[in-house]
Amino acid sequence: MALAAAAGVTDRVRLATMVAVGPLRATALLAKQAASLQALSGGRLTLGLAIGARVEDYEAAGVDHRDRGRRLAEQLAYVRGRVEEERVGPSREDIELLVGGASGPAFARMARYADGYAHGGGPPRAFAGAAARAEAAWRDLGRPGRPRLWGQGYFALGDVEAGNAYLRDYYTFTGPFAERVVAANLTSARAVKDFVRGYEEAGCDELVLFPTVSDLSELDRLAEAVGR
Amino acid sequence: MKVTIVGGGPAGLYLAILLRKADPSIEVSVLERNAPDATFGWGVVFSEETLGALRDADDETHLAITDTFARWDRVDIRYGGRVLTSRGHSFSSIARKRLLEILQERCLALGADLRFHQEVASVPEDADLVVGADGVNSLVRRTYEPDFRTRIAPEGCKYAWFGTPLVFDAFTFVFRETEHGLFQAHAYPFDERTSTFIVECREGTWRRAGLDECDEVESLAFCERLFARDLEGRELLSNRSLWTSFPKVTNATWHRGHIVLLGDAAHTAHFSIGSGTKLAMEDSVALRDALVARSWDVDAALVHYELARRPVVERTQEAASESAGFFTRVAAYAGAEPIQFAFNLLTRSGRITHASLTVRDPGFTRSLDAWFSGARAGVAPPPVFAQFRLRDLELRNRIVARAGNEAASGAGLVLSGFVAVSAGGRISPDTPTIDDWTPAQRPVLLQLGHAGRRGACLPRSLGVDLPLADGWELVSASPIPYGPYSAAPRELDAPGLAAVREDFLAAAKRAGELGVEILELDFAHGYILGSFLSPLTNRRGDEYGRERLRYPLEVLDAVRAAWDGPLAVRLSVTDWARGGLAVDDGVAIAHALAAHGCDLVHTVAGQTVHDDRPEYRRGFLTGLGDRVRAEARVPTLVGGHLTTLDDVNTAVGAGRADLCILDLPPSAVEVEAVPPSVERLAVST
Repeated sequence: MALAAAAGVTDRVRLATMVAVGPLRATALLAKQAASLQALSGGRLTLGLAIGARVEDYEAAGVDHRDRGRRLAEQLAYVRGRVEEERVGPSREDIELLVGGASGPAFARMARYADGYAHGGGPPRAFAGAAARAEAAWRDLGRPGRPRLWGQGYFALGDVEAGNAYLRDYYTFTGPFAERVVAANLTSARAVKDFVRGYEEAGCDELVLFPTVSDLSELDRLAEAVGR
Repeated sequence: MKVTIVGGGPAGLYLAILLRKADPSIEVSVLERNAPDATFGWGVVFSEETLGALRDADDETHLAITDTFARWDRVDIRYGGRVLTSRGHSFSSIARKRLLEILQERCLALGADLRFHQEVASVPEDADLVVGADGVNSLVRRTYEPDFRTRIAPEGCKYAWFGTPLVFDAFTFVFRETEHGLFQAHAYPFDERTSTFIVECREGTWRRAGLDECDEVESLAFCERLFARDLEGRELLSNRSLWTSFPKVTNATWHRGHIVLLGDAAHTAHFSIGSGTKLAMEDSVALRDALVARSWDVDAALVHYELARRPVVERTQEAASESAGFFTRVAAYAGAEPIQFAFNLLTRSGRITHASLTVRDPGFTRSLDAWFSGARAGVAPPPVFAQFRLRDLELRNRIVARAGNEAASGAGLVLSGFVAVSAGGRISPDTPTIDDWTPAQRPVLLQLGHAGRRGACLPRSLGVDLPLADGWELVSASPIPYGPYSAAPRELDAPGLAAVREDFLAAAKRAGELGVEILELDFAHGYILGSFLSPLTNRRGDEYGRERLRYPLEVLDAVRAAWDGPLAVRLSVTDWARGGLAVDDGVAIAHALAAHGCDLVHTVAGQTVHDDRPEYRRGFLTGLGDRVRAEARVPTLVGGHLTTLDDVNTAVGAGRADLCILDLPPSAVEVEAVPPSVERLAVST
């Protein structure tokens, strides 16, 4: 929904889910929404899917949590295989698909069905390790070329405390992990620069930096920090 | 600020020192169950790198420790009646008892409160920070086990930890064959009078030798007799030296509120890489650093500590597990040439490679290279550039390239990619069949297969196992669909079995006409022949179900009879799935393949079923190929994302593989033309 709104008021920016929890949604509906957004935005969508981290989400959606891996594989096969496309249009052709996750099966799902890998965040070294695993899986499944590698990070260059508070609140469900996310928040121009350079060296194709403060001036600060 | 440390071992004492040093206003108490001078174990080992970290953290203890150090730079490997020596390994060790004395003295000098004989019944939580540095059986960890999500699993061989008054002058590995099986010892000096002497063997060997029924005195006498020559007649010393299994401890998190785990309480690493004490003391340094960096905000500091330490610790644990696995399997390498055996041992954990060993000890790798290429001495190319012979075929090096990879230029062998024996055996419409395939480059390994129930899919440029809307009929061992939306295959009946066998045979004959150098039959990844091998995919009631190897071997036999050249089989040695083939099964199959005339096993894993649990990382197939090569005694080809010549040199040199697929990343050095403006500038001056 948020991306559909964004698609309406923009012309050039790309639209990505980084990442959506696929198994919470009904497969045909998920495919239809993605295809509609792709059509409405003039082909600007990248659909990132993963199994997510919150058991509570599955409880709320009434979906069996133990079955999440199988369900996601089925969804990916549905979207990418263009299953029932004549019934559930519009066309899903050219929707860029990414898969996230850190387990062996997650990398296999990525290499089997997607165009690339959506990393969950962390220092460049963690990204480099995941990138090697993604490439190993890609090769193992006999895909030509190489997977697109997407990374992500959080930043707060103005009101750092507000940004940290936002992350702490958003990640409360993870318990002690929340503090780890806060610790990794990029809060200086230097930190942003090092982060970008580290990801570049590790072979990242697309790096998504999320503002943790809802203030447009954060984007100007970010542009200044990365110097481009 | 008040800090309570449970456990007075190296981690706890060192943390007490570092905290008191950082801020003398902090009240630090250390609660230790035993007396100050009671200790188990003999010596502990440090590398140069660790010593550097200790010097930076507290120079006084560093000086005291290094003052009483035993140092060496040699590793001696006594194996097969010879002693192999490698130099350039800077290690130091110290008696654990002496180390504790030094740390205790320094603690007292800095005003930490050391309380011995303190049996802690419950975790004392009335402090700003509570540290569980209470070792492998940590009470602190056990108290909050559900929060830490602890896992403990035995790792490696049975072992007993002794001392001896013989002072070795190198880190010494001894291998002794007995009628019960292979025993090995790890020995190193730790002061001017004593060495550590650890004896280990597999559990079966241990039982056959009757050690499970020996008491401490009897088992010590057994080991003394067994290693009498290496001990030069000296005795072994016991200090509760009972046989045990090493427990590998991992925790999902190392802190809970204001309680944190340190050292063995948080994580253990198998003793065969000698890193336990090093990790423990480095933990203390990291925790102190985190507290200082976060201005003594305990919550933030514990996050910071774990973030900083976890990657380092996990890498060490991974290396330690590799090392433990090596010593568990080492009997399978008996019979290897001593220099190769030694190189295999030195590179066992993945932390030393051919390249890094060449920096430490160029003479050693020169000897290995010379032996490997068949020269007695002198200079020789490294293993990756040694020739390899399969039947009458001589390959100029050990590098195998996938068609299209940059490595294809210069590789000794090129893979064809999947070529179907028939149109019905294609993976997708763009899969070549033997009728329309010609080798693009030579020498070539032609990969012949029949996709079975993984056929009739969209091209792999789009994805894998995505069924075509209007595909062709699929066949497999049993009528089970492969993945989501896959069509159910037809169970191969008698005429079908004969037809597929004939297709393989006809394709092999065609390969002969095309002058193919190596022929490979695909028994892997759930394709048709692989589907017969696994209990997950073969549910047949006939003889091909009762003997799952039967049909694939019939195909192999038919091809072998018609093909004189080198014949390879690509095999998934494990299904990576519950109820499927495990590595032991895969090794047994490889053994049967070799007995039926297979010259090379191209080792892969998984993909038998759609929902397997693969383990992807750099070199993820090398260990599996190693097991096939050592235990089934057949040459192997492995891939598994090897990306550097050093990866290949190490795997081939150590005898873990004969041929390796090199997946070169896009060229690292790009030659760019000088920008024209600069050129013009240069001309005008």
